[in-house]
Amino acid sequence: MNRREALWSLGALAAGTTTVLAGKSSAAELSGFPAQTAQSADHLTTPVRRGGAMQVLTNETDRKTVTAVFDRLIPADDNGPSASDAGCVDFLDAQLAGDYGSGKALYLQGPLRPENEEMLMGSPQFLTSPRERYETGLKALEAYAQANDNAAFHALSPDRIDEILSGLEAGEIDLGDDVNGQAFFELMLQNAREGYLADPIYGGNKDMAGWKMIGFPGARYDYRPYIDRHNEDLGLTTVSLIPSN
Amino acid sequence: MTIERPKADVVIVGLGWAGSVMAEELTRAGLNVVAIERGAWRDTSTDFPPAVDPDELKWHTRRSMLQPMSVETTTFRNNSGQTAAPVRNWNAYQFGWNVGGAGTHWAGMSWRFTPWDFQVATQTAERYGSAKLESLRAEGLHLQDWGVTYEDMEPYYDRFERIAGTSGKAGNIKGQKFEGGNVFEGPRSREYPTPALKDSAWMAKYRETVNGMGYHPFTIPAGNLSQAYVNPLGVTMGPCTYCGFCDFHGCGNFSKSSPQACILPVLMRRPNFTVLTETEVLHGVKHEDGKTLKGVNFVTREGEEGFQEADIVVFTAYQMDNVRLMLLSQVGTQYDPETQTGTIGRNYNYQTCASVSGFFPGAKMNPFVGAGALGVQIDDFNGDNFDHTGLNFIGGAGIMGYSTDGRPIAKMNGLRPGSKRWGSEWKEAYARDYQEAGNIFVQGTSQSTRDAYLSLDPTYKDRHGQPLLRTTFDWNRNDRDMAAYMTAKAKEIMIEAGAEGISTDNQAAESWNPYKQHSSHTIGGAVMGADRSTSALNPYLQSWDCHNLFVVGASAFPNNGGYNPTVTVGALAVRAAQAIHEKYVNNPAPLVEG
Repeated sequence: MNRREALWSLGALAAGTTTVLAGKSSAAELSGFPAQTAQSADHLTTPVRRGGAMQVLTNETDRKTVTAVFDRLIPADDNGPSASDAGCVDFLDAQLAGDYGSGKALYLQGPLRPENEEMLMGSPQFLTSPRERYETGLKALEAYAQANDNAAFHALSPDRIDEILSGLEAGEIDLGDDVNGQAFFELMLQNAREGYLADPIYGGNKDMAGWKMIGFPGARYDYRPYIDRHNEDLGLTTVSLIPSN
Repeated sequence: MTIERPKADVVIVGLGWAGSVMAEELTRAGLNVVAIERGAWRDTSTDFPPAVDPDELKWHTRRSMLQPMSVETTTFRNNSGQTAAPVRNWNAYQFGWNVGGAGTHWAGMSWRFTPWDFQVATQTAERYGSAKLESLRAEGLHLQDWGVTYEDMEPYYDRFERIAGTSGKAGNIKGQKFEGGNVFEGPRSREYPTPALKDSAWMAKYRETVNGMGYHPFTIPAGNLSQAYVNPLGVTMGPCTYCGFCDFHGCGNFSKSSPQACILPVLMRRPNFTVLTETEVLHGVKHEDGKTLKGVNFVTREGEEGFQEADIVVFTAYQMDNVRLMLLSQVGTQYDPETQTGTIGRNYNYQTCASVSGFFPGAKMNPFVGAGALGVQIDDFNGDNFDHTGLNFIGGAGIMGYSTDGRPIAKMNGLRPGSKRWGSEWKEAYARDYQEAGNIFVQGTSQSTRDAYLSLDPTYKDRHGQPLLRTTFDWNRNDRDMAAYMTAKAKEIMIEAGAEGISTDNQAAESWNPYKQHSSHTIGGAVMGADRSTSALNPYLQSWDCHNLFVVGASAFPNNGGYNPTVTVGALAVRAAQAIHEKYVNNPAPLVEG
């Protein structure tokens, strides 16, 4: 190989080539700075409308079951509204309807060796998506209530639901062969609290109640005026990415 | 093969930090460079503006900027007696998946390693005697020098810092120590490009506490710029706004050192540079004689396969993928822990970490005021900065009080011990503790061992049908003892600070698994060195087995310092790039006899 005699001797590429990338996603050859880029489609969040038609939680019993669970995980009290009043069920439905629900990012190829994987990873692993896990899990919770209490899960008393949730959390309640009760509890707990604390654009955290509860001022851009003000209540107005509905 | 592309002087695999640095050097030297990047084009103004960036759910919780496991994951086991399992869900690893790589979503902690980190074998023997070195090696530790010293690396560190605009305060310039900087650092040729960031409330508390204990606190050098800056390439950056949405997020402010902010604006304008986006390199292709590569095979997002011919091939993918690409390209020999032969996959190591949290009644820490690399650290116990005589381990850790973010989902379990995670009790606890928490992170060294290595998995495949990379790793005795010692030191600081509800999490106290860790720093597997029997690459990061292949990344570290790896990766990239255009192109042959 010989060192090039002169810079830019190639001639194959004209400077200033314009490449158009308009939010599409496909392999591209970029020569020159892309001059007509647009925001990548998946960077722009579509706001979730609260109280609209469900996309995934279309079964009424399932919806009532998950609402009953969420409202015990995050009940209404002096620190803010309940999970469902804050939109966390709307949040969950939208999440399950999208890439998170379908497990798009997960590695779901077999073989699954459940005991070996749980031993190595410290928690049970699944080949099913979050959406599938809710479908089987919510039905298992309803079946458990019917079998043990002769009642619908959502009709149980708050204390009884707490008892069941505590049992699931501790791994002491068997929901059958298809559902790992403890792992399903963790999934619901994670999603309920995500909804309560994510930007309202995702359907939960209505009126930014979750953020106000802890004193997080939200989607702000510039704290330079505040970095030197230590141990003060800064009195900042809470803001979200867009005003919520 | 459907796509035959024109031959390039150099093909670069992966356009993250290492690839961007490499491409900038080589195109400036007049070489025709084609980079191939698996991820998509992403840029500051279009993709990370302030109306998109401060979104914890999208960027941090759902990790939308990271490479999904469905694209490629690794398999994992603690020891060779086990059957590895695939890492199916989000975990410790944070691989990039866009032009800019992990340099787009990183936090920005911008360290140089200590002089000791580059010479653990030589300096351990010199200071503690060869018997100490031999006893550690007898335990299975693969202690070896890098083939470069800190002094060798200093100019390249300096160059990368100037490109990145790193903020910080020097503690050692040409041997002169400066109070307020890191007095333990190796000698620097000059001050940092931009001044240090400011202290948060917690950092001020931490700084005051460790000062009172006789330690030497300093502000962590950061790829979050404290003021506007123009780098040597002529690119202008803006001041960090302490927005608190930094690691896992892009930066809409041109304030975070990243390929997008620092290099791509210049690189993309060069007519001798081309990048193929959403195009994945499958493996290198050897010439008939097997001594060099003639190019790489790739597949586009649409599934079209192709070949890129080049005189020089540079792997600048993430650490794991660099090793995997070498194995898939059949360059060098797979390391075998039984026979101690082969070098590819050898010297896999990690980052030995612990954390301590405490709570300060009535405090208003305002944790949402943050930056990815915002923190105060002491290096009094890092590397070999303290006398290990009488201790049964080598190495150490940086101990930092940090203020990276106040992201509410991520912090929702950061509560006083004994707090419930749900119900009104959780709400009450979180409302109380969010503003009162202080966190210390212990980021420790990691030594390689005989039993920790990377190889191709016999069972699991990626979406293209190629084997996944398999990690065999667990903490070694030396690093466990080091971590226990450092965790105790960090806890002493938290007690001295007057915190209540103190809890510790020493990650090395239990077997390693990818879902439990707090560090993404996965290191080694294709390491540099002066001895070809124990390293895959010579000190210029040139393959011993294939002289037109250079492999740049944290994959090259034979051991890990008690620091984030990025700046050392950047410095090695500058060094390798200069070796290519100053030496190799004029005489394409091994740069080192081995």
